[in-house]
Amino acid sequence: MSNVTLNVNGTTHTVDIDPSTRLLYVLRNDLGLRGPRFGCGLGQCGACTVIIDGVATRSCVTPTSRVKGEITTLEGLAKDGTLHPVQQAWIDEQVPQCGFCQNGQIMTAKALLDRNPNPTDAEIREGMARALCRCMTYYRIQAAVKRAAGGSSAADAKSGGKVVGS
Amino acid sequence: MTTFTNIPKRIEDALEQRSAGTSRRDFLKTSGVFVVSFGAAAVSPALPFGVVAQGEATAGPYPEPDFRELDTWIAIHENNTATFFVGKTDCGQGTGTAFRQMMSDELDIAYDDTSVIMGSTDVTPDQGGSGGSDAIQRDGWPMRRVAAEARRVLLELACKRFGLPVEDVEQLNVSDAVITLKSDPSKKLTYAELIDGKQFHVTLTGDNVNETTGTAAVKPVQELRNVGQSLERYDIPPKVDGSLTWAVDVKLPGMVHARNVRPPVVGAKLIGIDESSVKDLPGFIRVVSKGNYVAVVCEREEQAIDASRKLKVDWQKPAAAPFPTSDELYAYMRSATPMSSWDPDVVGDPEAALESAATVVEAEYDFPFQGHTAFGPAHALADPSDGQMTIYSNDMKSYGMRRGVAEFLGMPNDQVRVVWMEGPQAYGRSAADDAGFEAAFLAKEIGRPVRVQWMRDEETAWDTKGPPYTFTLRGGLDGEGNVVAFDYKAQSVDYNHVGYNEAETVLIAQLIGTRKETPSAGRATTPTDLYAIPNRRVTGKVVRLPAIWETPLRTGNLRDPNGPQVTFASESFIDELAAAAHADPIAFRLKLLTASTDDDSGFKRARSIAVIRAAADAYGWDTRVSPKPRDAETILTGRGMAYAYRSQTVVAEIAEVEVNRETGHVWVKRLVCAHDCGLVINPEALRGTIEGGMLHSLSRALHEEVRFDTERVTSVDWRSHPSLTHADTPAAIDVVLVNGDPNPDRPDLPPYGAGEAVCKPLIAAVANAIYDATGVRLRRVPFRDERVLAQLKAAGV
Ligand code: FES
Ligand code: FES
Repeated sequence: MSNVTLNVNGTTHTVDIDPSTRLLYVLRNDLGLRGPRFGCGLGQCGACTVIIDGVATRSCVTPTSRVKGEITTLEGLAKDGTLHPVQQAWIDEQVPQCGFCQNGQIMTAKALLDRNPNPTDAEIREGMARALCRCMTYYRIQAAVKRAAGGSSAADAKSGGKVVGS
Repeated sequence: MTTFTNIPKRIEDALEQRSAGTSRRDFLKTSGVFVVSFGAAAVSPALPFGVVAQGEATAGPYPEPDFRELDTWIAIHENNTATFFVGKTDCGQGTGTAFRQMMSDELDIAYDDTSVIMGSTDVTPDQGGSGGSDAIQRDGWPMRRVAAEARRVLLELACKRFGLPVEDVEQLNVSDAVITLKSDPSKKLTYAELIDGKQFHVTLTGDNVNETTGTAAVKPVQELRNVGQSLERYDIPPKVDGSLTWAVDVKLPGMVHARNVRPPVVGAKLIGIDESSVKDLPGFIRVVSKGNYVAVVCEREEQAIDASRKLKVDWQKPAAAPFPTSDELYAYMRSATPMSSWDPDVVGDPEAALESAATVVEAEYDFPFQGHTAFGPAHALADPSDGQMTIYSNDMKSYGMRRGVAEFLGMPNDQVRVVWMEGPQAYGRSAADDAGFEAAFLAKEIGRPVRVQWMRDEETAWDTKGPPYTFTLRGGLDGEGNVVAFDYKAQSVDYNHVGYNEAETVLIAQLIGTRKETPSAGRATTPTDLYAIPNRRVTGKVVRLPAIWETPLRTGNLRDPNGPQVTFASESFIDELAAAAHADPIAFRLKLLTASTDDDSGFKRARSIAVIRAAADAYGWDTRVSPKPRDAETILTGRGMAYAYRSQTVVAEIAEVEVNRETGHVWVKRLVCAHDCGLVINPEALRGTIEGGMLHSLSRALHEEVRFDTERVTSVDWRSHPSLTHADTPAAIDVVLVNGDPNPDRPDLPPYGAGEAVCKPLIAAVANAIYDATGVRLRRVPFRDERVLAQLKAAGV
């Protein structure tokens, strides 16, 4: 065990851990964060995604000792009580079903839009491809990414649903 | 008004309000870790108002809330808001929001002034949790009736306060939890003033929770205001901003972490454990083992993971292989001796009709084992404090877990409680059941709160599976292309199908050896359609694999159990008959549906016809025979449809596909679903549910197959067991709510179960579209690239 210092959502924390511990367990169990979650522990699903110096990073396969930069988690996206536009788009599009994967979806989308503020449909599919969802909310996620990018009124996902008889 | 979004907090807050301000919140912060103390949830709603005995309550026991007490269901708070307590869980389809919509309408209170608490066995009445898509269809009724009864009682109290005889209730107006005198609207009383810090103390009637009722009638549909509106789901913001406390997040003082060690070969027997292999590892506490169940317990989570991997265990392989390989499965099934079979359901004389038919079509279909494969592995935290057992779990059937764990541990029911919290959903009898029992068992052994979580390989391999099927179908057409005979034979591997939270079939019980004597018969089910075919026979049989205990190929309910399998075969085959009859697939089905005019009280035939027409309209279906003439392009396109019903909900789905003839890759470019589940409570939440259900089925159609060799399941992660991704997502999904609110075509129809019906037809619709595009009929799921390509090549496409 040894002291490791981490900068998370603008606050510096020092924790006494085995420095090879994967970042995910430190964020969840030592710092009490609830955004990043365990899905596979193999870097395959995205559940544990955090943003480190602008890069969407899978904390389940990242040794804590290797982390030098500023870590942002889902809890750190909102500023001064206002949700990040990506989070707001997620609510506007009513994206989640169970919601367990949505940390990975939102953090991946945020990093994608920071890199590429106006992605094409193909770039969204490509950029989000490795963030899995078992409730299969992909269609709404893609609409929400477009909405957050300030693209068309994202309700494409919804306008398709017509109500017969009204 | 705050919407209580964080489940423990929600329970705490609501109970706090109920108890007139006695603070029972106890959030401890220890070295930055969020610790939840759960004193409040222990308070039974049956306790007299304001009496909060925290010590006693925390210590249990936890008697079951009495569904015949109005106070069990509804609390009116001093700030004129209400909390509803219901015995359901929300797997992410927005049922919690729907319950608030229905109950606030009946109670006449603004939606925003309500909250709902679900699925915690000591504070909500036992409505069974989730399952069967019956949250609205069945469980919504007692909720509406108790809310209507609460309104009636409040109006009666208002009559007294206004000095009116109860018969003159008509002289009162009620709106948003305020009652006024019609003759003098300045005279008002709020619900809070009427209840005045007390409880209702009203006894309800009903032989069981589903029949719970007071004397008030529910409102006619036309008077419901929130019902039919797309109110935003209250559970979404905390899932998006990171503030929700999930079951995986709960931390208790003294809590430790456990990981299981599974037999490396299915059916292996534990010979010995070399504890020295782990005992010097940091944080090591204990190896717990009983029978063939093994777990390692450590102080920290990563320590438990590490120790579980390093633990040296001697296992003895079983004498015989537990199962054939996944490649040999269907041949094995076809030659296996049935364990269970049922008398065929016969109409007319199918053999004679086939004999004399102008054309006979025959086909065999295969469907693999598929898993729930939750996005987050199974987990639970169990707290053995004070001689009680509290389990924090996302299991959709918390009440069943409470009973099952009590039986398993030999504890009285009222010393066990299950606190339902949100988690990754897996839709059916998932491994969440198993993890709850394991946590409770380990907590009892260790005497400290134990959190157990499965690893990814464990979840993918050992989670319960939906049963595989083989089908043999025959159909006969007369000279005019009319279907004169239909013969359906299904065979599943479903023997010893495990139920929900059964103390004798959960995985730990199997491994320990405390299993039940007689395995369940399992099921092999039959198609749901209303086609009028004069000679028809449907029959099912169940076979078994050599290993039926301690096996990862154990079957349990998976979202619309059996429906996707059966409908894949039956609705593909109807398409084969349509092609043989040179008929358009939709025209062919409509002819089969309109050939009879028999209908039931829910107008299911008429609604089946309506949804198929609605889907065809929304898609812009061009009537023609399949397959479509092929051009020379690399990408071939086509469209296919399928239809089914589940209970009273009818669904027609159309898939449009692109098939790459060089790679075999299938992209479903567009999906249309016409859906009629009767009265719609929340159209937008329903659309989300339909989209998710269709795409889950699409994942099953294109990707999912549990693979195994003769010793173990080899599908262990998202590479060896792929799932649908963003790249597979259709460019367009159109949902048509045929009976959609707010102006339902048929306000006389009650709400029916909406979700699982969607899963039935999708796989067949995709197979039919691939046939339309390529002329190649895929009769085995999943339609992975290599399999599609092989079939295209074999057919010279
Ligand atoms: S949990 Fe890290 S990628 Fe799956
Ligand atoms: S919303 Fe449930 S896993 Fe994505």
